[in-house]
This record gives sequence, structure tokens and C-alpha cells, in this order.
Amino acid sequence: MKLHEYQSKQIFARYGIPIPKGRVAASALEARTIAEELGSRVVIKSQVLVGGRGKAGGIRLAKTPHEAEEVAAQILGMEIKGLPVRKVLVDEAANIKTEIYLGITNDRSNRKPVIMASAAGGVEIEQVAKDTPEKIIKIYIDPLLGLRDYQARDIAMAIDLPREHWRAFGALAAALWRAYTECDATLAEINPLVITGDNRLLALDGKMLIDDNALFRHGDLADMRDLDAEAASEIEARKYGLSYIKLDGEIGCMVNGAGLAMTTMDIIKLFGGSPANFLDIGGGAGAEKVAAALRIILSDPNVKTVLFNVFGGITRCDEVARGILTAMDEVKPKVPMVIRLVGTNAAEGRQMLANASMITAETLADAAQKAVAASTAKR
Amino acid sequence: MSVLVNKNTRLVVHGITGNEGLFHTQQMAAYGTNIVAGVTPGKGGEWVLDGKIPVFDSAKVAVETTGANTSIIFVPARFAADSIFEAADANVELIVCITEGIPVQDMMRVRNYLDQKRIRLVGPNCPGLLTPDEAKVGIIPGDIAIPGNIGMVSRSGTLTYEVLYALMQHGMGVTTCVGIGGDPVNGTNFIDCLNMFEADPYTEKVILIGEIGGSDEEKAAEFISDHLTKPVVAFIAGQTAPPGKRMGHAGAIVEGGSGLATDKIKALEAVGVKVAKHPEEIPSLLG
Repeated sequence: MKLHEYQSKQIFARYGIPIPKGRVAASALEARTIAEELGSRVVIKSQVLVGGRGKAGGIRLAKTPHEAEEVAAQILGMEIKGLPVRKVLVDEAANIKTEIYLGITNDRSNRKPVIMASAAGGVEIEQVAKDTPEKIIKIYIDPLLGLRDYQARDIAMAIDLPREHWRAFGALAAALWRAYTECDATLAEINPLVITGDNRLLALDGKMLIDDNALFRHGDLADMRDLDAEAASEIEARKYGLSYIKLDGEIGCMVNGAGLAMTTMDIIKLFGGSPANFLDIGGGAGAEKVAAALRIILSDPNVKTVLFNVFGGITRCDEVARGILTAMDEVKPKVPMVIRLVGTNAAEGRQMLANASMITAETLADAAQKAVAASTAKR
Repeated sequence: MSVLVNKNTRLVVHGITGNEGLFHTQQMAAYGTNIVAGVTPGKGGEWVLDGKIPVFDSAKVAVETTGANTSIIFVPARFAADSIFEAADANVELIVCITEGIPVQDMMRVRNYLDQKRIRLVGPNCPGLLTPDEAKVGIIPGDIAIPGNIGMVSRSGTLTYEVLYALMQHGMGVTTCVGIGGDPVNGTNFIDCLNMFEADPYTEKVILIGEIGGSDEEKAAEFISDHLTKPVVAFIAGQTAPPGKRMGHAGAIVEGGSGLATDKIKALEAVGVKVAKHPEEIPSLLG
């Protein structure tokens, strides 16, 4: 789950990381009030969950409260990469001397957290990694020990941070480590971390990604989820514990298991069709879940055929069949449906669907070919 | 012959009185797996499966009393990491964790701890292991696989069943099938399994089932090139997966242009691995 800049920075501040004075505003008038309170030049920053806000004109400076109101009004009316700007952050403008990058993330291949820093801050770190990887310093952290003070010092030295800042930088890195672990983040990033004209360290921008699997122990963070960045069908699917991702194709897929669901998409493509979605109904899915899944698939107007591919293990094919019948009763689908049931209670499942006028298939390849044929047939 | 689990496996089931734990204990026992104990804190002294399997309050007592050497974990995600630590401190040799949805920072702590103790973990978020006719430690349906000379390792669950079933239809079977799981941080990886299959005299061919996300398939390709004398056939799921989206498995995600299926296929083909276009093609490629 992605957090907005203002949410990430609020969390950082809670752990003692210095951030600019400022607040989030949902209207131009509110932005003006905040600018008046701050009594200085301000930066108006769109709060959307995509990169490249600056380039899109979503981050601008304002010298007066009046200008802040105008700029905020313009930004609040924008769409950036398809996402509406509903909030802007109004921050005191900083006097920047140096820009640094500092972030902590999971390194899956080393199975450890890694702290990364670069003297080339303020630009996209992915770009730095690509063009000049030697400018990124990486130190792995033992997750059982945590970030050690000397590691933070090593980072400070490696990015040529002046000695006078080492102590403050160490405290800041330790605070970032605590934010990262205590929030179950998969990324906690400050870019840029600046040295101001009056020689203070300040986290000008912040970004956090939170591990979805850990949200059960972070109710406060779960409430911060911004649903704008997700398709309505994906939000609906989550309610039922379904893993659904909408795509652009024409063949809706309902599959048990993530690997098999991806494979079903791939094989549809292999035989010349295009998948409308990824959908994993999960292990042991009952009739109710299956019915919800079918409703969600059919809510996509592009879907011309539905392909069910169920390999019963924990999931029982008769339960899936019952769900399909329930859903068909309710939704009355008008598109052809291809079904393949194998494994636990497959015979019972097939029996139940014998009168449901579905196209049946034996193998995965057979099922995919039949689905592709059905989606391209003239009706 | 086999790797990791066989007739000598003495299994303790963590979370044995839960719905899933109990159901799969029945299935594993019916398959012939030697289940010697269960663990559920607060239910020590009870028995399950008509009084055949004793339940203990702690893993330590279970292992001391029954001589269990392998743990399987079915406890819910929020308690699973603790169960893995508990199994490790009870000094079993192998821990298999079926549970899906364990926070990744928990898994980083678990993995680094187990590495220090040199205890092997398979999973989490995996279907476990199956050595046909000897032991089933996990949830792979027993009736879709027969014994044979193929070692199989996979990041997936039902996709693994699909391939086992396709093999069986062609009269082919496996020495051991290892589901290593779909999480970004897990216990056992492709290379560990390739190494074990290379050393196992009864394994003559290897199947590797990968998917998008991370770079384990690329590393496996390098390892195959340097160390494997046995032929390998592979399949990689997720060629049509959009970037930046987690495809069901926590680890199945293309991030910043890395973890792509096409790169993995290229790396494997470059070292002479035959990569199937779809799972049902695998038996013919093993030829």
C-alpha cells in the first residue's frame, strides 16, 4: 500500500525526523489560510500516488497567500497520470544548500533490509541507479540487530557529508529505521533530504510503502489507503478476499491459485486471445466467494467470454460449481462460458453444471483455445 | 529415493487443532506420512485423529517426547513467524510453512535467525513437499502424482498440481516435489533444490516452475550452467502480467523493469534449459 507524501512525512515527524512546517489542504481557500499562518513563501504540492508530479506541473512555488490560493486552485483541478488531485500539501519553502537521497527498503535477494544513500538527491533514484550506480551507497542491515550507529556514520562518510552533520544524520537515520520497522514498511524514503541555508537537515519529501500483509497490526495505517488509484472492481474484490487485477482484454478468467491464474492469462495470449483480468479465488473458496468473483468479472463491459480454470486441491470443484450456479442465477450472463474442472470432486462439479449450457474442456490448452474461439465468434 | 522428506520423516503439526491444520493432518496421515505430534498452545493433553496423534502445548515438549524431526506450520499469518521460531528452538531439522500472508519483515527476521542456526525452512506461502508413496508434508493432493525419476521445484501451488497431473497422464512421476512458495523472502530457493536434486542418485531430470518477480530464476540459470549435469525443463508464469502489480503472490511483481518473465526465460534458455510455452507441454520436453 502506498502512502501519500503528507502521510509519510507525518509519520517521519512522529519518529523525530525534521520536516518542513506545513499542512494538507483540500481547497484553495484552505491553502491560502495555511500560507497566511506560515507567513513565508510556500510550496504547493499535489498529493497523488504517482511519480513525476513536478514535471506534470503538480508542484509549484507561491510567494504570497493570494498566489497560494490561485496555484492551489489550479493544482486541485488537475489530473496527473489519470488520477484526480484531491489534496495539496502546503509547505514552508526551504532554502536548499545540498540535496541528499536516503531510503530503507527490503532487499529480497539478500533477505535483509538495505539502507541506501546518495549525494545525488532530489532526482529519481531509479535514474541514478541506472546512470551512475556508483553514486548510490548501500549498507545491509541485520534485521535481528537493527541499524547500528556506525553504519549510519559509514553512510555519512561515504556520501561526503560534512562532519558537523554526522550526529544529526545518525539520529535521523535511526529514526527512519524505526519508522520503517515499526510501520512494517517495504520502503521508507526521503528524497530529497536537504541541508538548509542555515545548516539544518530537513526531510523535504517523503515516501512510504506499507506491506499489505502487515496491515492487520496497523489499523491506523490501513485507514490511510487512498482508493483513487485502484479500479472499483479491485476494491470490491478485496472485500471478498479475492485477488483481482483488471486488464484490457476480452476473456475474463476465474482461477484458483496465483501461479495458475497467471498461467491461464499467458496461455490465452499464446492462443491469440487477450485476458480481461487476473483473478485468484484462493484456496478453499466457497460458493459465495465464487459468485462474487463472477459478478466482478462480468462488471467489466469488455468481457466477451469467461474462462473458469479450477484445479481442485483444497478447493472443491463441487463448491465452485455451486457458486457458479448461484452467480448465474443472479447475474444471468449473456456471454459464453468455458469451464475446466480437475481434481477434488471434479465429477460432482461437472454433473452439477451439466445443464448450465457451458462449454467444457479437459486440458488447459483445450480450455484456452475454446475460450479464444468463443470470444472471437460472431454473435 | 527423495530429498528432504521420506519414510524417515517424523512430523509435528503446528496448529493441528485448527480447521486447515486438522483437515490436512487427516490427508497427510491417510497418505501414510508419519505424523507423531501436534502443537496447539492451550490444548496440550488432547488427542486428534481418533486418539492417534497427541497434542502438546509447546513444540519443545512435542519434539522431546516424540522425537519429531520435521515441523509443518498451519497457524494463521499473525502467529506464524513465532511458530517458526518455536520450531527452530525445538531443534527440528526441517520446517515447512504453508501459511500465506506473513509480513515480509517477520520473514527477514526468521530467515536470518534460521541461517544462524542452520535449520532449513521450506516456504512460507507454499504447498509443501511430496515424495510419492513415502511422505506428504503439505497440501499437494496425493492422488495426482506417482513415483518417478523427476525432481520438481516450484514457486507456485495449483500450477504445480497442474504439472504433476500432466506428468502422471504421461506415466511420469517424481522423486520429490518441493513447493518453495510465492513470498519475496522464503527459506529454500531454487538453487538449494537444484543442488539436492543433483546429489540425489534417483533424480535424473529436473523441472523448475518459476514466475515473475525477483531474480531467483536468473540465479538458478547461472547455477545450472555451472553445476548441473542433469537436464532441466522449466516453465515461467506471468508473461502477460502488468508491471507494478502484485499478482496474487506477495513476491510475484515486476518492479522497476526487473523480475520480467521474458528475462527469466532468456536466462534459462541461454544455459540450455528447455522452457515450455505452457505447462502441458512439459512432459514432451522431458522426452
